[in-house]
Amino acid sequence: MDDLYQVSDLRLSLADMTAKPLFGTAPRLEILKGLSFTIPKGEVVGIVGGSGSGKSTLGRAMVRLLEPSGGSIRFAGTDITHLDETALRPLRRRFQMIFQDPMSSLNPRHTVNRLIGAPLALHGFDGIAARVDRALDHVGLPRSFKARFPHELSGGQRQRVGIARAIAMEPEFILADEIVSGLDVSSQAQVLNLLEQLVRDLGLTLAFISHDLSVIRRLCARTIVLHHGEIVENRPTADLFAAPAAAYTRDLLEAIPLPDPGQVWD
Amino acid sequence: MSFLSVENLSLRIRGDGARLLRSVTLAVRPGEVMGLVGESGAGKSMIGKAILGILPRAVELSGGRIVLEGQDLGTLPAAERRRVIGAKAALIPQDPLTALNPSRRIGPQITDRLVDILGWDRARAEARAADLLAEVQIPQPARVMRSYPHELSGGMRQRVLIASAFAAEPKLIVADEPTTALDVTVQKQILRLIRQMQERHGTALLFVTHDLGVVSKVCQNLTVLYAGAVVERATVGAFFAGPAHPYSRALLAATPKYTDPTGSLTPVPEAVVAAVRAEVVAMDEAEDG
Repeated sequence: MDDLYQVSDLRLSLADMTAKPLFGTAPRLEILKGLSFTIPKGEVVGIVGGSGSGKSTLGRAMVRLLEPSGGSIRFAGTDITHLDETALRPLRRRFQMIFQDPMSSLNPRHTVNRLIGAPLALHGFDGIAARVDRALDHVGLPRSFKARFPHELSGGQRQRVGIARAIAMEPEFILADEIVSGLDVSSQAQVLNLLEQLVRDLGLTLAFISHDLSVIRRLCARTIVLHHGEIVENRPTADLFAAPAAAYTRDLLEAIPLPDPGQVWD
Repeated sequence: MSFLSVENLSLRIRGDGARLLRSVTLAVRPGEVMGLVGESGAGKSMIGKAILGILPRAVELSGGRIVLEGQDLGTLPAAERRRVIGAKAALIPQDPLTALNPSRRIGPQITDRLVDILGWDRARAEARAADLLAEVQIPQPARVMRSYPHELSGGMRQRVLIASAFAAEPKLIVADEPTTALDVTVQKQILRLIRQMQERHGTALLFVTHDLGVVSKVCQNLTVLYAGAVVERATVGAFFAGPAHPYSRALLAATPKYTDPTGSLTPVPEAVVAAVRAEVVAMDEAEDG
């Protein structure tokens, strides 16, 4: 199987503005400390870690919303580590992102039709109306929703619009950053089932960032555990849950409150 | 004898009359931990807000009463009601960043309620605040009292709010999704801390959450809400052995469990939603006559 992503010794540091002196430059804060992994085509990989572990930063580097400060990221054979915006533009269609909070990532003044259609127009697609319809069909929203604004949708429906907007671009890769953490359990189950079906039907490669190991277990074949900007485990999900190797993974697992009063939780 | 008794409480949106709570009845005994569970919009936070007298202006009480330690809050004049609630009840809010004033130091944010509501002198209030910060396992309480909220981590801020809630020795604390903004390892520490504090001080706790996993760890009893109506009341043991109401059963089935090797998740089936909606509509029709 071909690797869609090859990440090697990825490093990323950002200016630590909380420690910036009044005059002079802020010190650099190292967020990602040399990460190496690959994602084969068609795989669903989970990226898990606590707050501040660097999981969102890693995601943003992979879709080049952030530029790494060291190492390299190859996407479908192309080194995208330091590409400028012009060179990235044709690639951007091929890796899409779904954000955590659809209320802040969907423009409140645009209709669903425009939210899904505008990026298509930007990337020169033809037959946009039909593509918007098809994307809505895929995510199980009625076509009549095209006329609606984000505030007229429930949280689960908004997240479906976010998914429709991503898959309409016919990407090879989708990065989903905590996309179910703001949803009720029932909508969460619906969105996860939908994602699983889309991955199967459309042959997508998916990286699913979450702090919730129960959700990762449900969806992902392989799991990368991040802690303080380093990979502590990268293994098939079933193995990881059967016998977590790293102490940090065990802590994460044991901290999850199961809906079971009998669980030992001390 | 319950410490808190909510009787047939109904809330509506002022003006258009949309129902937020539908004749909700619940009782909390001294020292009891009661979970309030439901999806977003079920009205669980509204119950807490009504008890604490902090309902949004757009919401009006359209029926029922709230009795706190034998006193019907509705019969008290506003100033007196504030004093009674302030002395007997407190809130642990969801988001520790917005709940703390970013431009003030931690110390006065804890001591203000002691000085303003209970009339303590400042020195006594400050000593009490330092003791409480130590009790919630904050290292160097004196330094933290001089800190601003942005200098503390999310977990530390939530500890500050827990200390603040216990400051006036309330007999009831409403905890409104207190750990939703925290990651799991910190959540575990904070939940255990809330339970320890609650047991040590003998405080009754009304624990608002959408997470049935959290309920099973923290609560003795729970009340399940749907669309502002009580769907089920149960002890935690009985509920997790097998919920009585089909909606509760479906909610439990939709909750992810990493120990389940198939990891299957079933959304609440539409038929179950339709049935529970029909129950609620029937309640409304009965009330409207």
